[in-house]
Amino acid sequence: MGHYSALAVAREALRDHRGWQRAWKSPEPRRRYDVVIVGAGGHGLATAYHLGKNHGITNVAILEKGWLGGGNTGRNTTIIRSNYLQDASAAIYEKARALYETLSQDLNYNVMFSPRGVMMLAQTEHEVRGYRRTAHANALQGVETEFIEPKRVKELCPIIEVRGPRYPVLGALWQPRGGTARHDAVAWGYARRCSEMGMDIIQKCEVTGIRTSGGEVKGVVTTRGDIDCGKLGIVVAGHSGHLAEMAGFRLPVESVALQALVSEPVKPCMDVVVMANTVHGYMSQSDKGEMVIGGGADGFINYTQRGSFSHIEETVRALVETFPMISRLKMLRHWGGIVDMTGDRSPILSRTPVGNLFINCGWGTGGFKAIPGSGWGFAELMAKGESPLCAECGLDRFREGRFIDESVAAGVAH
Amino acid sequence: MRDMLILTCPYCGIRCDETELAPGGEAHLKRFGPGSSDEEFEAYLFMRANPKGVHFERWRHAYGCGKWFHAARNTVTLEVYGTYSAQVHEPPQEIRDAISTRVPGWRWKGES
Ligand SMILES: Cc1cc2nc3c(=O)[nH]c(=O)nc-3n(C[C@H](O)[C@H](O)[C@H](O)COP(=O)(O)OP(=O)(O)OC[C@H]3O[C@@H](n4cnc5c(N)ncnc54)[C@H](O)[C@@H]3O)c2cc1C
Ligand SMILES: [Zn+2]
Repeated sequence: MGHYSALAVAREALRDHRGWQRAWKSPEPRRRYDVVIVGAGGHGLATAYHLGKNHGITNVAILEKGWLGGGNTGRNTTIIRSNYLQDASAAIYEKARALYETLSQDLNYNVMFSPRGVMMLAQTEHEVRGYRRTAHANALQGVETEFIEPKRVKELCPIIEVRGPRYPVLGALWQPRGGTARHDAVAWGYARRCSEMGMDIIQKCEVTGIRTSGGEVKGVVTTRGDIDCGKLGIVVAGHSGHLAEMAGFRLPVESVALQALVSEPVKPCMDVVVMANTVHGYMSQSDKGEMVIGGGADGFINYTQRGSFSHIEETVRALVETFPMISRLKMLRHWGGIVDMTGDRSPILSRTPVGNLFINCGWGTGGFKAIPGSGWGFAELMAKGESPLCAECGLDRFREGRFIDESVAAGVAH
Repeated sequence: MRDMLILTCPYCGIRCDETELAPGGEAHLKRFGPGSSDEEFEAYLFMRANPKGVHFERWRHAYGCGKWFHAARNTVTLEVYGTYSAQVHEPPQEIRDAISTRVPGWRWKGES
């Protein structure tokens, strides 16, 4: 499909850009694949990519009910960080963050990874202690973070009101190599590579049933016919419970709406990502100049991709107090996604009660940052039946009480 | 954005919008106590139905009478079929009938 380079851009400029090819093929589904992945979001595509790249498995189909990247991958606020508390989380999120550093080169696709730094504000004494503890944990995990004082917060982000009346900024957990990336490009870049390796990406193909026999998965029923498979990977975020039901098991997951919004574009005023978990809001500035804003998730099950107004109000109210200059900004767009929340707010990358059926879900409000690491680990799990990277993310942890408890450490926002 | 979710509290009869309410998750779970197996505890504490469609839930009229109650709701259309007392282990017949008329073929689990 041609290598993307400065030379290619120059060459195409000279011939009216007529030589560009489609980034991925749209084949008809075949009757059987060694591996079928359900869900062409970032996690499904990264899994397929690493199946091919790390394990030489390329007889793979990725089935998507809508369009590629149209789920949460294309709806998130793109914050990338790895400053978690628990070792199991730090391992997978830091693996992902490290892979993001060179993802554009690896995929030959500009994912616009921008390690501009992520700051998590401490606005209560409790948070100060919590983030100091996380900084110590991160030092032991080899994740570069630091607890910084209000003066440094103000230097890094002058538009913050650090002496806010209700929630003054008492410090922050600072991860200098955290940042953002272009969400669509991540999905497109992986898709292009998967297609190049000979994998079939099949859009507008909804899985409506899962066929099993003798406790093993045999294939899927789809809106474009039956497809057999040797192994099946379910990577459908908010729809995980629905797919599990098709296969006959329950998950410790609830699907709720999470919303985000962007303002009109303004001149550059903020070159770091700021998260304020006590007041439930976070903000960064996109390359186009829009302020990208997110907040907390709704508390009840909802599959409509539309959330509650009250949460938007809460988020904006909190951010106006922290960033007084945004009070006059007009909001341009607002949307929601359906996120899959687990009991301990950590992901599930696991075998299931059905043989050869694997599930990757539970990334909830914070899985964009994890895409490369999750794909790496889940591909290994599917190929070999084990993966050290996600060994602790199994479904059995809920029965055995081995939680990866990030619900307190991560607050609401991821 | 969608419309506010509105539920009628079965105790005080007030139509409440969601800012008055606290969601409490899946209803009619079987509680397990001391002496239960790991699987039973897991099912009770963590495993959830999470269906696309009819769902039974617990809610609390947090900024009102403060009491817990049950609601039957559709997670795809956001239609509310009704609310009822928290003192029951299954949805009452009138709630089941209300759902059946709106969702042909729907059945309460275990019902033939
Ligand atoms: C508003 C918002 C803000 C967020 N902000 C951040 C952030 O700042 N940082 C961060 O790290 N994370 C963030 N997240 C979370 C992040 O977006 C997700 O964790 C991540 O994108 C999940 O990727 P995925 O590939 O698992 O799921 P998705 O991208 O949702 O992909 C799943 C795909 O499966 C498809 N599918 C579902 N059912 C079927 C079926 N039956 N058959 C075929 N296909 C099916 C869907 O159409 C979808 O395309 C945010 C999420 C939201 C909603
Ligand atoms: Zn009441």
